[in-house]
Amino acid sequence: METRMANDNNPGDMLTEYVTVMLGEQLFGLPISRVQDVFMLERLTRVPLSQPEIAGVLNLRGRIVTAIDMRRRLGLPKREDGRKPMAIGIESKGESYGLLIDSVGEVLKLDENNREPNPVNLDTRLARVSAGVHRLEGQLLVVLDVDRVLDMGEAIAA
Amino acid sequence: MDDLLREFLTETNESLDVVDVELVRFEQDPNNAKILDNIFRLVHTIKGTCGFLGLPRLEALAHAAETVMGKFRDGTSVTGEAVTLILSTIDRIKAILDDLEQNQEEPAGQDRDLIDELERLAINAPAPAKAAPAEAAPAATAPETTGELTYQVLERQLRPGEVSLDELERAFRETPGPKFTPPSSVPNAAKAAAAMSAPAEKSDDEKSDSKVANQSIRVNVETLEHLMTMVSELVLTRNQLLEIVRRHEDSEFKVPLQRLSNVTAELQEGVMKTRMQPIGNAWQKLPRIVRDLATELNKQIELEMHGADTELDRQVLDLIKDPLTHMVRNSADHGLETPAERRALGKPEKGTIRLSAYHEGGHIIIEIADDGRGLNTEKIKAKAISSGLATEAQIEKMSEAQIHKYIFAAGFSTAAKVTSVSGRGVGMDVVRSNIDQIGGTVDVKSVDCSGSSFIIKIPLTLAIVSTLIVEAGGDRFAIPQLSVVELVRAQTNSEHKIERIKDTPVLRLRNKLLPLIRLKSLLKMDEGEVQAGSTNDAENGFIVVTQVGNQTFGIVVDGVFHTEEIVVKPMSTKLRHIAMFSGNTILGDGSVIMIIDPNGIARALGTIATATTQSEEANAVQHHVGQDNTTSLLVFRAGSPEPKAVPLSLVTRLEEIDATKIEISNNRRLVQYRGQLMPLVRVNDEVQIRTQGTQPLLVFSDDGRSMGLVVDEIVDIVEDNLNIEVSSEVPGVLGSAVVKGHATEIIDMGYFLPIAFEDWLRRKDKALGGSVTRSLLFVDDSAFFRNMLTPVLKAAGYHVTTVGGAEDAMEVLKSGRRIDVVVTDIDMPGMNGFDLAQAVLADPETKDVPIIALSGLTSPEAIERGREVGFHDFVAKFDRPGLIAALKEQTAHAEAA
Repeated sequence: METRMANDNNPGDMLTEYVTVMLGEQLFGLPISRVQDVFMLERLTRVPLSQPEIAGVLNLRGRIVTAIDMRRRLGLPKREDGRKPMAIGIESKGESYGLLIDSVGEVLKLDENNREPNPVNLDTRLARVSAGVHRLEGQLLVVLDVDRVLDMGEAIAA
Repeated sequence: MDDLLREFLTETNESLDVVDVELVRFEQDPNNAKILDNIFRLVHTIKGTCGFLGLPRLEALAHAAETVMGKFRDGTSVTGEAVTLILSTIDRIKAILDDLEQNQEEPAGQDRDLIDELERLAINAPAPAKAAPAEAAPAATAPETTGELTYQVLERQLRPGEVSLDELERAFRETPGPKFTPPSSVPNAAKAAAAMSAPAEKSDDEKSDSKVANQSIRVNVETLEHLMTMVSELVLTRNQLLEIVRRHEDSEFKVPLQRLSNVTAELQEGVMKTRMQPIGNAWQKLPRIVRDLATELNKQIELEMHGADTELDRQVLDLIKDPLTHMVRNSADHGLETPAERRALGKPEKGTIRLSAYHEGGHIIIEIADDGRGLNTEKIKAKAISSGLATEAQIEKMSEAQIHKYIFAAGFSTAAKVTSVSGRGVGMDVVRSNIDQIGGTVDVKSVDCSGSSFIIKIPLTLAIVSTLIVEAGGDRFAIPQLSVVELVRAQTNSEHKIERIKDTPVLRLRNKLLPLIRLKSLLKMDEGEVQAGSTNDAENGFIVVTQVGNQTFGIVVDGVFHTEEIVVKPMSTKLRHIAMFSGNTILGDGSVIMIIDPNGIARALGTIATATTQSEEANAVQHHVGQDNTTSLLVFRAGSPEPKAVPLSLVTRLEEIDATKIEISNNRRLVQYRGQLMPLVRVNDEVQIRTQGTQPLLVFSDDGRSMGLVVDEIVDIVEDNLNIEVSSEVPGVLGSAVVKGHATEIIDMGYFLPIAFEDWLRRKDKALGGSVTRSLLFVDDSAFFRNMLTPVLKAAGYHVTTVGGAEDAMEVLKSGRRIDVVVTDIDMPGMNGFDLAQAVLADPETKDVPIIALSGLTSPEAIERGREVGFHDFVAKFDRPGLIAALKEQTAHAEAA
């Protein structure tokens, strides 16, 4: 099972599965192999003195998860509809993170060969975390590079 | 890694540690065949396993060492040289094992050097002086290479000194194995008769030991950690379930859930227990270290260990290992003298280092004591002065214990010469910071020529911490209880109120000024708050009085909830840079909470406060000195730009009142203050009493009455020497002194009190019931204190005679004038307070006069000494109420008598 999952992510293989998420008007895709779970955000504890992108910490089944406000991370304006954000649970270097997003969409199977590099005029904040773009019917899907999303330069805020 | 190999490595490393310890014991007690057998068996096992696993290098080394030990068994006398050689062989084996662990194969190389040495020893060993025990008959030179006891063939000739197979087999069979060894089969050592009962007891011990060994299994630490995490989660889930059931009365889940709850609690306790390890594990390497040191330093050292089975969390154990080793090294190197020196001092040649451990409350106390020369106070003094930690004058006033504390200051090493053992500049400061890290403390006691001891106090476990849950800015935080001293509720109208000196909030707590820090602002959670509405807020709140090292400060929080035992979880790497937090945890209600790091706050406070942040220890020393010859002064401005000052200890409170509240009655300005009318007095005529805005006041209270001294501006609180250099003719001004580099007028409070209350003095007389005025002799070399306290004493109804020295005091006492009580300073040039007390007591005419000491030094030692020389009481220099109370008591005594 796990081997097959790994193969799904292999560039040699044509198809990659993406969990699609919405942030504002934009559709993003996260490789499904990196997504641990999707959960509703409840009881977030804010962390004073942390970087602005860090929304806080929360308890997810006994683990402490660091929540990252993806709107802040991508330089999008604050959400105003007042609805509770959703979170995508991911793991990196043994630590758990939750990426706060507006809503989760379906899982798409996309051909890696159709992935295009970032357009040169893409907003720099987006370009920093994007691993390319898929052209779908009627809209574009920006592929998020999870590791680059998490690389926020810890030292700066210290 | 191969399972077999891994097992071998863990087992062998453990065995080698035991061999280390046992060898040292054996050297001291060469006739103890039991120890030797134990070593022999262990080395033999190692050799055997190496052969089996195909590790020729290890096998050859173990074999050579075993041969030499075989000679010991045969009765060859045990020499230090031989033991050293075997120990270095074991070191080599350990090095190879390390390599093996990393690369999974034996490193290439030769050990001919060690093996040759060992073989030489084995051959040259003098013939056994005595026949070896019958059971292990010497057959070292047996030419056969086949064994008879079991069939085994060695495919070559015996190497020099090699033990025959038979003998090996016999030895192997006869040495007490780990299991099922009846006590009777312990080989009778040469001295069996000499120790009839002792070995029997010992073997009983061993038997029970072996049983324990049989009942324990090896578990990977990771497995335990995982178990611990799972149990924590179980506890959280249980709490949630309990919460749900609480909402549903008559739930059928109630009973089984209660059961589940109990089981969970027990499980948690059980898992915690698995983390506990005896402190002996951290001591295991010490006998060997001490032995090597003794050889290197040519000293004779005995290491005593008590309470090795005292248990503590393995995480703490790991952290404490290095500091302990360092301190034992220190004791051996610096503490203990050479045998010659010890002989000269009439001590036994062998020095002793004693390690002991025991539980006390939720802590474990570890003591490292030696019977050596003690700390060299003079050297520490010199070093403290040369490294600028204190001035000579400050040092002179310190007690020995205070001076000894300097060894914990950063970069402090008194070792004159750098030896390979210690004195490399990393010293006790590192030890202290290591211990600080785990929330422990370390203290030193030293007596010249009879030794020193270090006392370490550390928490039992780091995994579970008792914390105080507080609220700030709408969020909850946990503060470790270990550093919380007390809680104070501050309210505008209560006794405890947050006051401000410029912009620095402070709290007066039992005559000490406590710097305060608002958690909300420290965490920058108050941004965007409306400032106007927060004036009330600024004066209210809960103050968590916190102590870090010797620094005490108050953390102001909005609310305090309860205490909770929490399981500390490490913070995410994204948050680890925030120095204010040491970790986070999940509370019983399932929410995540940040744990405040008092160390981080103390550091932040240091950078915010204008006070210089020296090392904590130096600060503490400064503080002591402060009591001694510097005075806390409140600097303010009134009427002129030049600063004025008054000793802070005389000021009860700093106030800012609304100027519109000032009323005029009977030509005097008054303000309603805490339900009383408080008269306001101006420092001089130039001071304008404001009509709008706020008016700063210094409030002085005495016996239920208060007066307000009107000033223009409160500038600062400083610590400085108070030397009145130019005395003054202006009423209300004692004179001028240099305070922080500025000429400053020192205000005489004794002048203002009667202005505020015309009856201030008379009232006191009445209070004393109109009885005879008592005469009091006040001795102090400082004109300032004479000026300062005389009005106070007069106000209390005494007829005061002041003199500037003890000699003058004796004259007055002998002149036949009636003196009812003497109040004297301690530190005076020439004859000091102690001398005066002795002189007064020695003279039959004056021996009944009560004598009260007044001193900046109110350390227990000083008070003890005071009592010894005959002081009737001992009062701190600025403790006015204390002095008056002491006077009343003493004069009442005298009257009754």
